Amino acid sequence: MSKLDAKIPEGQLETKWTKFKSSVPLVNPANKRSLEIIIVGSGLAGSAAAASLAELGYKVKVFCFQDSPRRAHSIAAQGGINAAKNYQNDGDSVYRLFYDTIKGGDYRAREANVHRLAEVSGNIIDQCVAQGVPFAREYGGLLSNRSFGGTQVQRTFYAAGQTGQQLLLGAYSSLERQIGMGAVQMFSRHEMLDIVNVDGVCRGIIARDLVTGKLERHFGHAVLLCSGGYGNVFYLSTNAMGSNVTAAWKAHKQGAFFGNPCYTQIHPTCIPVSGDHQSKLTLMSESLRNDGRIWVPKQKDDQRKPIDIPEEERDYYLERRYPAFGNLVPRDVASRAAKERCDAGYGVGSSKMAVYLDFTFNMDRYGKIEVTKHNIHNADAATIRKLGKEVVKEKYGNLFDMYKQITGEDPYEMPMRIYPAVHYTMGGLWVDYNLMTTVPGLYALGEANFSDHGANRLGASALMQGLADGYFVIPYTIGSYLSNEIRTKAISTDHEAFVVAENKVKESINKLLTINGTKSVDHFHKRLGKIMWDKCGMARNEKGLKEAIEEIKSLRTEFWKDVRVTGTADEFNPELEKAGRVADFIELGELMCVDALTRNESCGGHFREEYQTEEGEALRDDVNFAFVSAWEYKGEGNFELHKEELKYENIKIAARSYK
Amino acid sequence: MAITGLFLITFLIVHCGINALIFFNDGGESFNKGAEFMGTNPLIRTMEIVLFIGLILHIVKGFSLWKQNNNARPIKYAVQNGAANSKWYSRSMGILGTLLLMFLIIHLRHFWVISRFTDEITSGKETLFNEMKEVFEHLWIVVLYVLAMVSLAYHLMHGFQSAFQTLGLNHKKYTPLIKGVGFWFSIIIPFIFAMMPIAMHFDFIK
Amino acid sequence: MSGNMNLTLKVWRQKNTKTNGELVDYKVNEISPDMSFLEMFDVLNEKLITEGKDPIAFDHDCREGICGMCSMHINGRPHGPLQGVTTCQLHMRSFKDGDTIVVEPWRAQAFPVIKDLAVNRSAFDRIIAAGGYVSINTGNAQDANNLPISKDNADEAFAAAACIGCGACVAACKNASAMLFVSAKVSQLSLLPQGQPEKQSRVINMVAQMDAEGFGSCTNTGACEAECPKGISLSNIARMNREFIGAELGSEKY
Repeated sequence: MSKLDAKIPEGQLETKWTKFKSSVPLVNPANKRSLEIIIVGSGLAGSAAAASLAELGYKVKVFCFQDSPRRAHSIAAQGGINAAKNYQNDGDSVYRLFYDTIKGGDYRAREANVHRLAEVSGNIIDQCVAQGVPFAREYGGLLSNRSFGGTQVQRTFYAAGQTGQQLLLGAYSSLERQIGMGAVQMFSRHEMLDIVNVDGVCRGIIARDLVTGKLERHFGHAVLLCSGGYGNVFYLSTNAMGSNVTAAWKAHKQGAFFGNPCYTQIHPTCIPVSGDHQSKLTLMSESLRNDGRIWVPKQKDDQRKPIDIPEEERDYYLERRYPAFGNLVPRDVASRAAKERCDAGYGVGSSKMAVYLDFTFNMDRYGKIEVTKHNIHNADAATIRKLGKEVVKEKYGNLFDMYKQITGEDPYEMPMRIYPAVHYTMGGLWVDYNLMTTVPGLYALGEANFSDHGANRLGASALMQGLADGYFVIPYTIGSYLSNEIRTKAISTDHEAFVVAENKVKESINKLLTINGTKSVDHFHKRLGKIMWDKCGMARNEKGLKEAIEEIKSLRTEFWKDVRVTGTADEFNPELEKAGRVADFIELGELMCVDALTRNESCGGHFREEYQTEEGEALRDDVNFAFVSAWEYKGEGNFELHKEELKYENIKIAARSYK
Repeated sequence: MAITGLFLITFLIVHCGINALIFFNDGGESFNKGAEFMGTNPLIRTMEIVLFIGLILHIVKGFSLWKQNNNARPIKYAVQNGAANSKWYSRSMGILGTLLLMFLIIHLRHFWVISRFTDEITSGKETLFNEMKEVFEHLWIVVLYVLAMVSLAYHLMHGFQSAFQTLGLNHKKYTPLIKGVGFWFSIIIPFIFAMMPIAMHFDFIK
Repeated sequence: MSGNMNLTLKVWRQKNTKTNGELVDYKVNEISPDMSFLEMFDVLNEKLITEGKDPIAFDHDCREGICGMCSMHINGRPHGPLQGVTTCQLHMRSFKDGDTIVVEPWRAQAFPVIKDLAVNRSAFDRIIAAGGYVSINTGNAQDANNLPISKDNADEAFAAAACIGCGACVAACKNASAMLFVSAKVSQLSLLPQGQPEKQSRVINMVAQMDAEGFGSCTNTGACEAECPKGISLSNIARMNREFIGAELGSEKY
């Protein structure tokens, strides 16, 4: 029944990757020179892959829609990157990182992939340090670590609240080095609008030069999609405005299966929505949960200022419900708990859709340590608070400033108000162990694939996965495909398949420009976002999902009748870019609802209200749903489900508990 | 700019030192001796050539910098609020320098040409001190000199510390010191210079 | 809603690189002080679209002050009246009802206008490609903790590395000089032991590329530092000058 072969190597879990690496077919250096690889996206996965493959000698072309590869949204990751280095001597190991990730993913990830990820995690840190990434350090000159949700060890490496930026700039500098050497050709302000398959094998892409509007054909022996996640289907998310699903979706429509589309990560600590005008949401790093305590008033609709509410009238609901992990439970758990409190009427702020993230307790704790350190006797409360504030400022200063800038409130004086927001998508193109999609020659890396996070991603694991895929996985796994391609001559872009693909793209652009309706692209995007957030967001149910599917269908019809896209095709036209992306989001939204409706269980980022315990915890169904949903596109609004069974040979599958 | 600038700054110190001899108010005796020494000492005469080379380099480099920097922004802003991010004189080094250049031409015509290219002074007919007295009798020249010294003050106020930055010296401990010295230098030297024509004109010095 | 503002905008409109542009007046009404500056532009664009007019093109992406894509010169200052923020983090509460706001693109020979407020900053990429890296191929690295780095140096390198490459330094500088941008990368790598082997060639090549791109020269006005949304320090420029002089004098290459 299943067409899916995950190509997981045989053997013991611990030796699969090592054995694979030493037995995978290689391509000799002379042949590498004539093999061309196209990479779409220049974030952590894309830049890392581009640099590494170019270093090996392949001819690489990189495409990004931004004005520079350095702008990719990996840059915005704040908190950190996990690695099983055990520098803290606190019991970490490859196995424990593997175990935490599988458990954090609510037992919906592939064991072999996750173990490989944990194995290479240490190499990533080494590589980045060698590139000159300025990670935080201790006074002794060694690397510093902090903890993140869903773990009990300190394994997160960080660079203040800008870890993603520093890692991306590291990868970007390696990429620029290859560009400078002529090994990589960079196409910025270019958007991939379709893949080109020749005889069922991916052989290139159609890209639009966003400045001139010209459509271009590019050939590649292999195409790597490193185009990120699709959180913007919700309109409001922590993703960048330009983050989109178009590359992945076009590939999906050309035969690449889409894996687990409904697994969406809602991040618990974001700045709440302030009005209708809002264009995006801003994340407050998970690292804040190291020192911030989350609470709501015990009394409903409490009108007092948070600092006037006495300790005993506060409900530290995460500490109450999950004493073992407390404020550091995984993201899905923390988000749902916040929603539960707000839905029950305990929310705070003008919208009542927020909870407090309060640093006073830990500010005072740090203050007391400082007082002891400096031998200050009989320090008064104000001195302690002042010293503590400085410690907190040193750790999270930039985040506090950002909060103040956005809300106009000072988080040193008043607890932050936070609420969950869409942040990351665990789902993505289905890939095998080699990161190849169901279209031969087409790969997906980083957030664009579905592979390593199961139903929920742990904090600081996205950076790890993006870089693992780019630096340490694809350079090996691509060999198993390209070693068979050494006889394939570069296909001329005059080939019929390229012509057909380009015409199709041209047609769809012309269609968008000629509808000349009455409503802007953003209008449709906002409506789609509302449907998705209300009915396929933090909590889903059968009725809502069925409604959502119908609503999205009619939204799609309306979009293609009534959207107004200004300007022309042969100029710099951001409205046209947006229109194409929103059209794809609408189609994806439908698939997400279909997937959510099919999965009759709650797991990780997918919470079906019908499937919960009496205490309101997610209720998984391992008997019927221990599989990856891989959807095949069968025409408009028509998707066929394929299942990849998940086998747990090394981890005992169990109810996930953080109590 | 930095190296020639610093070199010109050292010249200013020497020039100011010698000229300040007039403040002994001894009818120009010390000053004339100083001037004679400067005019006859072979080392100083050689340095004079170096000085001119330095000055010309400073001017030529200044103009080419101005041109290059002007080309770097062919279309100007409709609104530019430079005051929000920098000092006006730091943005006006070219203008200040041009004013100083115009002043220098007049200044050289007044004193240097006479002492080098005529025999007025060497023949003993005239002293440089008397020459000064004569020139500074005209009020407009005094005003011109004072204004030029104001330009010099602002030119130095940026140039002094800027030279160190250009040469790579920016240090948590020393930079504040350099900036402090630079500030006072930029005020004191032009002030002493400016006092000369004033003192002469109003006969504080006889 | 009370507290909402009515504003007049004067925005640079230019069809493409080849044509000339001009400032065009627009009125926007009922702007909430909680909006970001770019959200105010979203509102204006929405209005232009419903009127069938061409919306204003401007660069933006992350809208949280880290990608470095947004680039507006607002009332004579890059990223507007506040210090330490990018345009996307600037909120309308920094303006008052009735204000006239002039919005122009970054202006520099090396940053040609693509359309309206969007400019081409690929010169920055080419400068990095000329030497802003450590030449280390994937897989060659030793264990990360084999190379202790003093916390002070690591912190200082981080402060330099925090540059987001937005180009506000160039936009603010009266000479359109890119020294702050280039020096931030040179400094980051010269403060770390990993950057030492290529120290000399890096600074020489990056400076050569910077000059080739047509940026102006530094005259130390300090405008770049004052306008940098990430507070990159002028001391980086001094460090680069030092490195450059050292490399020029110390190198045996012509």
